[in-house]
Amino acid sequence: MIPAEFDYVAPASLDDALKALADGGEDAKVLAGGHSLIPLMKLRMAAPSLIVDLRQLGELKAVSEDNGTIRLGALVTHHTVATGGFGLVSAAAATIADQQVRNMGTIGGTLAHGDPASDMPAVLLAYEGSVLIRGSGGEREVAAADLFEDFLTTAVGEGEILTEVRFPKLDGYGYGYEKFNRRQEDWAMVAVSALVKKGADGTAEDVRIGLTHMGSVPLRATAAEDALRGKPLNAESIAAAAELAAEGTEPPADLNASQDYKRHLARVLTRRALTTAAS
Amino acid sequence: MSATAAEPWIGRPLKRKEDPRLIMGRARYIDDINAVGQLWAAFVRSPEAHARIASIDTSEAKAFPGVHAVFTGNDLDLEAPLPMAWVPPGVEVKNPPHWSLAKDEVHHVGDPVALVIGSDRYAVVDAAQLVSVEYDPLPVVVDLEKAYEGGDLVHADLGTNQCHEWSLGGGDLDAGFAAADVVVERRIVNHRTAGAAIEPRGVLADYRAGSLTLTSSTQVPHFLRLFLALQLGISEDRIRAIAPEVGGGFGSKLQIYGEEIALAWASRKLERPIKWVESRTEGMLATHHGRDQIAYTKIGATRDGKITAYHTKILQDLGAYLMLLTPTIPSLGAFVMSGVYDIPAVQTDIVGVFTNKMPTDAIRGAGRPEATHQIELMIDQLADELGMDRLELRRKNFMRPESFPHETAIGVVYDSGDYPKALDTLLELADLDAIKAAAPAGKLRGIGYSTYTEICGLAPSRVTGPSGFGLQTGLWESAMVRVHITGAVTVYTGTSPHGQGLETTMAQIVAQRLGCDPQNVEVIHGDTGTGPQGLGTYGSRSTAVGGESVARATAKIVDKARQIVAHQLEAAVDDVELSGDKFSVKGSPDKGMTIGEISMAAYIPENLPEGMEPGLEELAFYDPENFVFPFGAHGCVVEVDPDTGNVDVVKYAAVDDCGPAINPKIIDGQVHGGIVHAIGQALFERIHYDDEGQLVTSNFADYALPSAADVPSFDLDRTETPSPVNSLGVKGIGEAGTIAASPAITNAVLDALRPLGVTFINMPLGPQRVWEAIQEAKA
Amino acid sequence: MAGSVRVTMTVNGAQQSAEVEPRLLLVHFLRETLGLTGTHVGCDTSNCGACTVHLNGEAIKSCTLLAAQADGAEIKTIEGMGQEGALHPLQEAFWEHHGLQCGYCTPGMIMASADLLERNPKPNEEEVREALAGNLCRCTGYHNIVKAVIAASETTA
Repeated sequence: MIPAEFDYVAPASLDDALKALADGGEDAKVLAGGHSLIPLMKLRMAAPSLIVDLRQLGELKAVSEDNGTIRLGALVTHHTVATGGFGLVSAAAATIADQQVRNMGTIGGTLAHGDPASDMPAVLLAYEGSVLIRGSGGEREVAAADLFEDFLTTAVGEGEILTEVRFPKLDGYGYGYEKFNRRQEDWAMVAVSALVKKGADGTAEDVRIGLTHMGSVPLRATAAEDALRGKPLNAESIAAAAELAAEGTEPPADLNASQDYKRHLARVLTRRALTTAAS
Repeated sequence: MSATAAEPWIGRPLKRKEDPRLIMGRARYIDDINAVGQLWAAFVRSPEAHARIASIDTSEAKAFPGVHAVFTGNDLDLEAPLPMAWVPPGVEVKNPPHWSLAKDEVHHVGDPVALVIGSDRYAVVDAAQLVSVEYDPLPVVVDLEKAYEGGDLVHADLGTNQCHEWSLGGGDLDAGFAAADVVVERRIVNHRTAGAAIEPRGVLADYRAGSLTLTSSTQVPHFLRLFLALQLGISEDRIRAIAPEVGGGFGSKLQIYGEEIALAWASRKLERPIKWVESRTEGMLATHHGRDQIAYTKIGATRDGKITAYHTKILQDLGAYLMLLTPTIPSLGAFVMSGVYDIPAVQTDIVGVFTNKMPTDAIRGAGRPEATHQIELMIDQLADELGMDRLELRRKNFMRPESFPHETAIGVVYDSGDYPKALDTLLELADLDAIKAAAPAGKLRGIGYSTYTEICGLAPSRVTGPSGFGLQTGLWESAMVRVHITGAVTVYTGTSPHGQGLETTMAQIVAQRLGCDPQNVEVIHGDTGTGPQGLGTYGSRSTAVGGESVARATAKIVDKARQIVAHQLEAAVDDVELSGDKFSVKGSPDKGMTIGEISMAAYIPENLPEGMEPGLEELAFYDPENFVFPFGAHGCVVEVDPDTGNVDVVKYAAVDDCGPAINPKIIDGQVHGGIVHAIGQALFERIHYDDEGQLVTSNFADYALPSAADVPSFDLDRTETPSPVNSLGVKGIGEAGTIAASPAITNAVLDALRPLGVTFINMPLGPQRVWEAIQEAKA
Repeated sequence: MAGSVRVTMTVNGAQQSAEVEPRLLLVHFLRETLGLTGTHVGCDTSNCGACTVHLNGEAIKSCTLLAAQADGAEIKTIEGMGQEGALHPLQEAFWEHHGLQCGYCTPGMIMASADLLERNPKPNEEEVREALAGNLCRCTGYHNIVKAVIAASETTA
């Protein structure tokens, strides 16, 4: 399997990349690590006319921290994230596909692609993080809640480049990541990201739950979050909250998982992720 | 190194001779081989599961830069449709024509309709997308049981979806069931899988000046040459078929594929070498599948656990056409349907059924995994019904060790076996009960057993041939052993190994008998241009049949060598024997000649016995008197997460008996791989077509081969019960693990779930199915 | 018709340069442009890992990378791992422990294993199995591959 023909540029600056994208029009595509795009191109499910490869843009490979925010350049690889000590973000990144894919795939690429079965979107959502998007008209910061619009559709528009990913550090939060798949290298059948801040009195001061592959976009399990917030963190309250994890979801069914089964998994995994996060 | 009586070559875990080229990346698989002036091919395949071809417009593709030709089904003037090799006496087998490129109708998604040939590997794929085909859709037949009952037809002109009926039985079934206190019936599904060799298939056809050289990733180069001759109308002497390094087959490359024929035809037409290598998607669509049967199985026993009768009716999903062995596969299982048990009445009734899917054919085990899965599940089901221990029930019905050779109710003679010993050895090998008892909180553990036998060493011709089982071929094997003037040896085998380590195993056989180092024994295979006639590698036959033919050719070398030594040392031939690395005279071990010295004498023939031909080279053909019947006992512990339905294999232990081990390292490796192949089927792998006949699992993302992270390591042991069939005493081992393991896993899952009220479940045991079974039992 | 791009990279220590189609995959550049056929293709979807090579010292799947993306990079393939008489410890261990049968997945397995041992010189069985989750083998059942990787880790300091 091989991609259809395309033109290729690897600009030396972000401005050049934006210009190349603008010149390329609607069939131009940005290439980061390529581990979402190239498989689609090989299967001829995507056939861009122009590839704008960001690999020369060293500024997009930076990792920094300021004011309690972790800033990850769009080209930071999953492996770097996985080994960076970023709590839940690292824990989730470490489960992406396999080592070879983590060595090449990037956090910006996976977020801009917006596959609801991939790990990082729901994590970003649970963190209430954001991304920076650059276009010819300048730069804008888009909150995670506004980033994922539909299946494989994000707020990153034509002619724009996702340049940076921002996670609040969330000091004082415990976390749990539960991913269920058939084989280790598979996409998540369902995954749950949980972040819990325990108050001084042992109750849940804050609860964030991200759901992977439970809809056409990543979701928050708001009913479960609300049910636990302010409650004592014990097995009963967690179990009761987890029962609400699939409220209102319309997960995409496939050969290996029906809607009912995925909703059930969401409840089980939420209970487990919350238990870990609260411990 | 040399062998001594205390340290013979046979039985030693030598490192493999074939490995240096493989570990250094220097092997030559089909995609590593190119011919000067080579063109590339791409196939246009049907996106419809069943349709009439209304029109094909190739003009745009033909005009594409670099394209040399585009051919469709009606362009290929072949002598015959693709071959099917089974004509069972007295049985009608309906065989619809199956062409390399579909002519008027397509019958499954992936059925090829056009062949694009051009100068560039990438460009032919682009051009293939420009071939415009109009299809008039026809009703699609997907469900096996519905297809069997009638309704829409895969081949309207046949008037039925039923291809054939075939039965094998013996003993009085009615009396057996009448004598039973307990009868258990189950519907057992053995779902469709793919061979999924990691190397995709590929072909390089090179026709020049009246001769064809066809290199293909095949398990059967000799059959390939024969059928190329028949299909293309080229005399067999003008065809050379080569299997280069082949990256796994598992039966999927035991086939005569349309792509092989079409490329050969096109190479002759264009007088250019042409190459094609499948993509994985093409491989999933158009490399034959395996298994896919539903069995309605019935077993009867007395209250004290003596099995009195066993009956199974099997619907075999054949797919859309009959390929080389498609309809024979379930019948191969029928020969061992009653497994290791002495059952007085046994009957197998098979109906082959067409559906709009890729044809099924031999995949590792071919019919025997299905048969073993049935009997081993039914034994556990029966034990449950009787309230009897599963192992006690097995022991009660094992064929007794002293009864071998054992003729079963259906008249098959098992060569040798000691089933209690294999089971005892297994129970010593691993304490499965303790592992089960150590289940973590919230998890359920279960133990599964499989005590199995299988029939392999495919041969003997008088049983399998035209007037017997009905295969239109012999199933002997050949070997030629050439001792060079230096004493180095080249062996030419008619088998065609592709990962089994036969280069090492055969070298050990020869070295043992000639007193030379196996490092100096080269084994050549897979080339019809260099060796004698042969038949290939499948059916766990390469050591039991191919290895024995090597032993026999070597024995002829030894005969001649002893005559030369006797002549030169002035001794009696009967007094010359191999001792260490010398053929020496009995009682005078210092008086002797190495095989190199003997060979020198044979090739510089100044002093040979009167009338002896010079040279030292012998040929042997071997057709065994019987099949061989490896056996063993497998046991495992699985852990089920009842909340998710997830199943993990915690422990897997196996005892296998394939007779005396020639290379224990290689045998263990075969067993490891065989077990994981079956774990793959039981827990992960599944070929699935949707209701429109679209293949849902068309790549390795959706068709889930287990990785190292998904399976455990294994505890293995062996017993060695020699076969009386061949001089090496050996039986096959390539398929044994796969034949044994799927019921062990399934029985273990059932053992884990029994406390929840689940009593039966069919593979594949993916998490959703297991979870649903738990929910149903709760309801 | 799309244009071409010039790619230059160091492969097994030697600088290589060629004018290629932008869509040329790195695996085909290695196999067909450079004739380094030890790196294999087994699937279309980045699952099987037969195409694993090292890019700037890290294992990647060369079927999911454009040759153009590797411009300026250091590439190491199985052909750069060891030679006759001077095999890499992983090659020796795969041979000694029968970690291969048909050999098709083997170069990718060795390259992925080398990546693991680079990061984690003394992995346990579970770590080896997880590190090889992106490499499929149909022959060996992985038992002897795992054994070989652990043996190799014990022979290197």
